[in-house]
Amino acid sequence: MPAISIIELEKTYSVGFWRKRPKIALRPLTLNVAEGEIFGFLGPNGAGKTTTLKLLMGLIFPTGGSARILDMDISDLRVKTQIGFLPEQPYFYDYLTPSELLEYYAQLSGVPTPDRRRKVSQVLSRTGLQDAAGTQLRKFSKGMLQRVGIAQAILHDPKVLFLDEPMSGLDPIGRREVRDLMEELKQQGKTVFFSTHILSDAESLCDRVAIIHQGELRGVGAVEDLTSSVEGKAEIVWQGSSIPDSLNSLATECHVVGDTVRAVVREANQDAAIDALRREGLRIISVTPVRTSLEEYFVRKVQVSQTATGVIS
Amino acid sequence: MSARVGYIAANTFREAVRDRVLYNLIAFALLMSAAAILVGQISIGIERLVVVNLGLTAISLFGVVIAIFIGISLVSKEIEKRTLYTVLSRPVQRWEFILGKFLGLAGTLVVNTFFMAIGIFGALLYVAHGFHTADGWIVVALYFIILQFLMITAVALLFSSFSTPLLSAVFAFSLFIIGSFAADLRGFAGMAQGFAHWLVTGAAYLLPNLSSLNVITSVAHQQPISAQLILSNTIYALVYAGMAICGSVLIFERRNLK
Repeated sequence: MPAISIIELEKTYSVGFWRKRPKIALRPLTLNVAEGEIFGFLGPNGAGKTTTLKLLMGLIFPTGGSARILDMDISDLRVKTQIGFLPEQPYFYDYLTPSELLEYYAQLSGVPTPDRRRKVSQVLSRTGLQDAAGTQLRKFSKGMLQRVGIAQAILHDPKVLFLDEPMSGLDPIGRREVRDLMEELKQQGKTVFFSTHILSDAESLCDRVAIIHQGELRGVGAVEDLTSSVEGKAEIVWQGSSIPDSLNSLATECHVVGDTVRAVVREANQDAAIDALRREGLRIISVTPVRTSLEEYFVRKVQVSQTATGVIS
Repeated sequence: MSARVGYIAANTFREAVRDRVLYNLIAFALLMSAAAILVGQISIGIERLVVVNLGLTAISLFGVVIAIFIGISLVSKEIEKRTLYTVLSRPVQRWEFILGKFLGLAGTLVVNTFFMAIGIFGALLYVAHGFHTADGWIVVALYFIILQFLMITAVALLFSSFSTPLLSAVFAFSLFIIGSFAADLRGFAGMAQGFAHWLVTGAAYLLPNLSSLNVITSVAHQQPISAQLILSNTIYALVYAGMAICGSVLIFERRNLK
């Protein structure tokens, strides 16, 4: 049973005051996310990521299709006890402190009264907010609000987490902490569905990713599968500061960085290049096949002929 | 009723208090103190009448302003600031949210009115050096004012569930003013003929009849309020507010929170 099952889910808005015209926000989307998976939902700004998340959260209503979370329809209120949601650029009640806010959310999530204080204290500590627990949220920076957002999403120990741009607004340490937290959630058996347009985050974290552009799914699969297409080239790195003449004709590109040289050669020329370096007595550090990066895959997918028009996020 | 309605109401009350809504009590306290001191000097024999009239009218106006300005932002502010997303992604139904917000603001207005009522009785004690039995009717007038607040809050909430805050404020204020002259409108409906009769009668019954809830003048003149009026006004206000809230819920249940 998939943790999240999306079947032909679509959303079209009517825009315009007098003459209504349709605007497609999400074309029929079919997607499954397995339990315990970290799933990255990638796309440029305005691709339809937030629309998909809002549909799954019941904040907007689909024009067609359906979705199930943990085998329950998304309109079933019981689903919401099992999910946590971090909206993009979260904003909370200014006049509350993190402790009060989390207490309020714990009440709404149905956390039993005897457990509330303990759970609030745990997530405050887990998200590094314990020192700011008594400060009103209006005094918080964007990064601190993002931490509060993550705290409220994990507060009630949900089985499935939906995070919309969770790294947004965080400094490098904060991003690292969120990555660690997501790994930890995966180890606890949680399913994490997160949207991002930062590909390095997705590449380092996700078991699988989907790429969406202009409201349309452009590709889905395991990161290693999507990036495994070998380009028929190899990268050779050796110690030295100069490029032997014999290698100039074999390499398609060469760069000297400090005391190492990096050259990219065609697979057919790989052995000849290694032999040439050995003859020169240079120490070879590595030889690795050049693979498509997630970024290259992503760019290729979003550059596919754009058939959709008037797409909004 | 679900416990979540209570949690949302309590949070709305806390928001209003921390948003310094109750600071209007300071202005009211100053007004009542000034009135009590001045009335004693410039009016002979009608001090009580002036204090009751002024005090109840001020309570009504202060409360209406709060009910409209906070009522119209109850939902729109949550959507605009996206605080609603983290509430509705929990096991909270949309009707629970609307009802909780309504009860939270209604609670704020009741507390506000309670403290203002203390101010009125304090001023009365100062100018009249004691209370009369007829002063008990002031409590009834205060109760009617609270019923007015419930109706206006519900109407403001209804407008805010589909309109912008500015338009909602305009609509709600308009309804308050027209509703305050509802008795005149009904009188006009009785005189009108043909289509105009049906049109004005329909409008008179659709608009809130706030004039029947205004017993300030009677109470100031120490006239009693009939039990029948108390009962009918209670039923009318609760049904009207309930219908406006049902309207809000029906609209909000279908709304896409873009």
